Amino acid sequence: MDNLNYVFPEIFIALAIMFLLVFGVFKKNSAKIVHNLSIFFLFITAVLIFDNPFDTVVKPFNESYIIDYLSSFMKILTLLGGVFVLSISSQYLKIAKIFQIEYPILILSSILGMMVMISSNDLIVFYLGLELQSLALYVLASFNRDQLKSSEAGLKYFVLSALSSGLLLYGCSLIYGFSASTNFNIIAETMNTNQLGLTFGIVFILVGLAFKISAVPFHMWAPDVYEGSPTSVTMFFALIPKVAALTVFIRFLYVPFLNMIDDWQPILIFLSLASMIFGAIAAIGQTNLKRLVAYSSIGHVGYILAGLSIGTNEGIQSSIAYISIYLVMNFGLFSCLFMLKRNNQYFESIYDLSGISKNHPLLSLSLLVILFSLAGIPPVAGFFAKLYIFKSIIEQSMYFLAIVGLLSTVIAAFYYLRIIKIIYFDKAKEKYDTDHSLWLKSSLALSTLLIFLYFIFPSKLVEIVSRINII
Amino acid sequence: MNFPILSSLILLPLIGALFLLFFKNQDNSSTVKYVSIFTSFVNFFISIYLWFLFDSSVSNFQFIEEKDWLIGFVNFKLGIDGISILFILLTTFITPLCIISVNNTVKVRLCDFLIAILVMESLMIGVFCSLDLIIFYLFFEAGLIPMFLIIGIWGGARRVYSSFKFFLYTLLGSVLMLIAIISIFWLSGTTDLIKLYELGIDIKYQNLLWLAFFSSFAVKTPMWPVHTWLPDAHVEAPTAGSVLLAAILLKMAGYGFIRFSLGLFPVASDLFTPLVYTLSLIAIIYASLVALMQEDMKKLIAYSSVAHMGFVTLGIFTITQQGIEGSIIQMISHGLVSAALFLCVGVVYDRMHSRLIKTYGGLISIMPKYSVLFMLFTLAALGLPGTSGFVGEFLILMGAFKDNFLVAVIASFGVIFGAAYMLWLYRRVVFGNLINKELLKIPDLNNSEKFILWSLAIPVLFFGFYPEPLINTVEISVKNLIEMYNFNLNMNIQGIQNNG
Repeated sequence: MDNLNYVFPEIFIALAIMFLLVFGVFKKNSAKIVHNLSIFFLFITAVLIFDNPFDTVVKPFNESYIIDYLSSFMKILTLLGGVFVLSISSQYLKIAKIFQIEYPILILSSILGMMVMISSNDLIVFYLGLELQSLALYVLASFNRDQLKSSEAGLKYFVLSALSSGLLLYGCSLIYGFSASTNFNIIAETMNTNQLGLTFGIVFILVGLAFKISAVPFHMWAPDVYEGSPTSVTMFFALIPKVAALTVFIRFLYVPFLNMIDDWQPILIFLSLASMIFGAIAAIGQTNLKRLVAYSSIGHVGYILAGLSIGTNEGIQSSIAYISIYLVMNFGLFSCLFMLKRNNQYFESIYDLSGISKNHPLLSLSLLVILFSLAGIPPVAGFFAKLYIFKSIIEQSMYFLAIVGLLSTVIAAFYYLRIIKIIYFDKAKEKYDTDHSLWLKSSLALSTLLIFLYFIFPSKLVEIVSRINII
Repeated sequence: MNFPILSSLILLPLIGALFLLFFKNQDNSSTVKYVSIFTSFVNFFISIYLWFLFDSSVSNFQFIEEKDWLIGFVNFKLGIDGISILFILLTTFITPLCIISVNNTVKVRLCDFLIAILVMESLMIGVFCSLDLIIFYLFFEAGLIPMFLIIGIWGGARRVYSSFKFFLYTLLGSVLMLIAIISIFWLSGTTDLIKLYELGIDIKYQNLLWLAFFSSFAVKTPMWPVHTWLPDAHVEAPTAGSVLLAAILLKMAGYGFIRFSLGLFPVASDLFTPLVYTLSLIAIIYASLVALMQEDMKKLIAYSSVAHMGFVTLGIFTITQQGIEGSIIQMISHGLVSAALFLCVGVVYDRMHSRLIKTYGGLISIMPKYSVLFMLFTLAALGLPGTSGFVGEFLILMGAFKDNFLVAVIASFGVIFGAAYMLWLYRRVVFGNLINKELLKIPDLNNSEKFILWSLAIPVLFFGFYPEPLINTVEISVKNLIEMYNFNLNMNIQGIQNNG
């Protein structure tokens, strides 16, 4: 029974999914209730996580599951992210005519999968979680099934993701074959670092994971899927799965294979550099905001991976700090996207932002803060995120990575500036609607204030993440 | 002194800007203006008060404030010495004048403009009084945001190009400085400037670190060959933007050279002095020649800024008492004079909407008051004795003669070129025949323009005849800097000899 206590949040969310499914099927027109209940349940689950032990490490179920500070922190991040996504997307869903019970339920199941991923200490458990979240995501991508682009996005994501899952599974089997176990700790104990098969296994798994977080060169799906999916799903795609995948990255690389850092470090550095540079350059030509977000998220993944490739606790912590700030910035950005609405139609092109600073001064001020933060210009939060990463990179004297990384921020600054230019320097167009839901307004205000005022309390986040010690 | 006077200097304009945000939707531009003028004047008086409190007989940093910020990494540390206080005064003095000058130039979105200027002021004060490298970087970079908006929103026809060029050039230069700053943290365990002055930086890394800092400051100064953003930015920026840019933003780099390049990396500074000399001389001669050929008044003054900043970098790297003092006075003087010149251009631009020299000619008979003031500033720009420009250039050349005869001789030619392009500009605009009949309609200076230009003219003349207050303020700090520089240099040379 002890074991079950530790996974109570997961059990709770699974029960919630089943309950909502039955409830939604038997009660007609219950989309709104189900939507609000899911937000409520996610919130409750986040509260339940606080019941877990934070300072000790617990490994229930024959050590195949792990609950520690890292997992609790990332789960809370995921759950709160889910709350945000659901609460600000309801208006969008209604207007896009996809306000159905399946939507929140799929998001809940995807989050359940992520929670399993985050806590996995075993290759099999990890794979189970990954598939659960991916399956839900396939459906979500094609949720707006009447639209060709959405179906295309879902199919594209399904085919490519299945391929990467196959590679990942193959990697798992190789590792099992060479180490005789699927458990991370046992692999660490019994491993013989000289075996080439293990290296191959690591490479395959890294490919699978890199696909999930859309690191270059496994990023091809991201722009199309981001563009085709309904905006609220794009938001979910861009943010939440990355948290879970990052956790798995950390656990997988730093628990069993820390000894083989010489093998995987060059791979991660390559992924990171390629993502930073490609994300920055490819975004320049984009005119669709959702595609632009896709490329910008590729770039940001590059910085997160740079933190991971260092091989120190500080590096891991800086990556986690980065993704936390990244989440907040993107909540703000997507809130702004949801506000670009006129006569029940949403706008996605960057030219639709033309001159909105005239009619919507507050919205454009928030966008200004968010975009400068994404570009990493001080004194907003995005700068600190990058500062942490580069601080830990330079500690290990990885100057090449640091210099290329910072130079690519300059390139990236260009396309963020271009959006600001369109907002502030160009001619104004028609006004947009201002009848946004309270959730949307407050989430935009909250994220903007957090980003803008971050410099007043820059140590708080560091204090929280500095308790994560994996090595 | 427990009252955090420096923080309040930084915060006050921000509070003013916040206050203005509430007026954003109302079109009562006079309230908005009075609020911002009031804020900036209060800030000016606080900084004057600070100057009175300042003890120029000691070389230590004063009014130090320290707070935990990024724990285990950076402390939020402010403090000033004789060098920084002059720049703070310059900033707080120029900003209210900028805001008054906005009267005629900015027609749209006045409130946003004033917010941007106030934010800019507080960031620039932050640059000059931060005593921690990361804090310095933070203020230094954050200043890009309001300036980008000022050029981009209220600028001229090619404003987008200019604002992007300005932003990206400066950012590119600065990211290398960020790497250097973080490296310094790992080398020395701190980014606190006072501690770093005591600890010194490992001689092995000084050259690379110096170059990284140089890349940032050289772009900002701007030195040849990375000066090309400046003419563009100046030409397209609105008058108040040009004034801020020329008077204060460029000084951040000169200040950085003195504070960081000389203070932290004496060995590297010694090694790279020839490089700086060469680039400065090229800047002086080349920019002067280019200025001669300009047809756009603002562009001409922008190139003259490049030349004048060339004198400044030259003076700093002579590393003599006279040279550095001269550079500081030259920066202050250039701050006042270039601000005044841009405002002078702004005055006629507001009336004629043309910056081309050939539009004008014969203004002397239409705008006599304007012509007198313009004459004064022209003469100050070319360094006529009796104006503040002379004191700076004279001291710099004196320092240069002490250090390297040839360099000083070449630099002296720059003074002649400077006289050439400024006087020629003045002749073409103010004297000559009145050809353009449109000019007959324009009025002479109005009261606010008179106020602005006279309040710039008075310090220019005052410090030209009596530079004592400026020199007294910086003397001890500069002396201390040079002593520290020579001490570290000798230590390191001895260290090398002992090891070898």
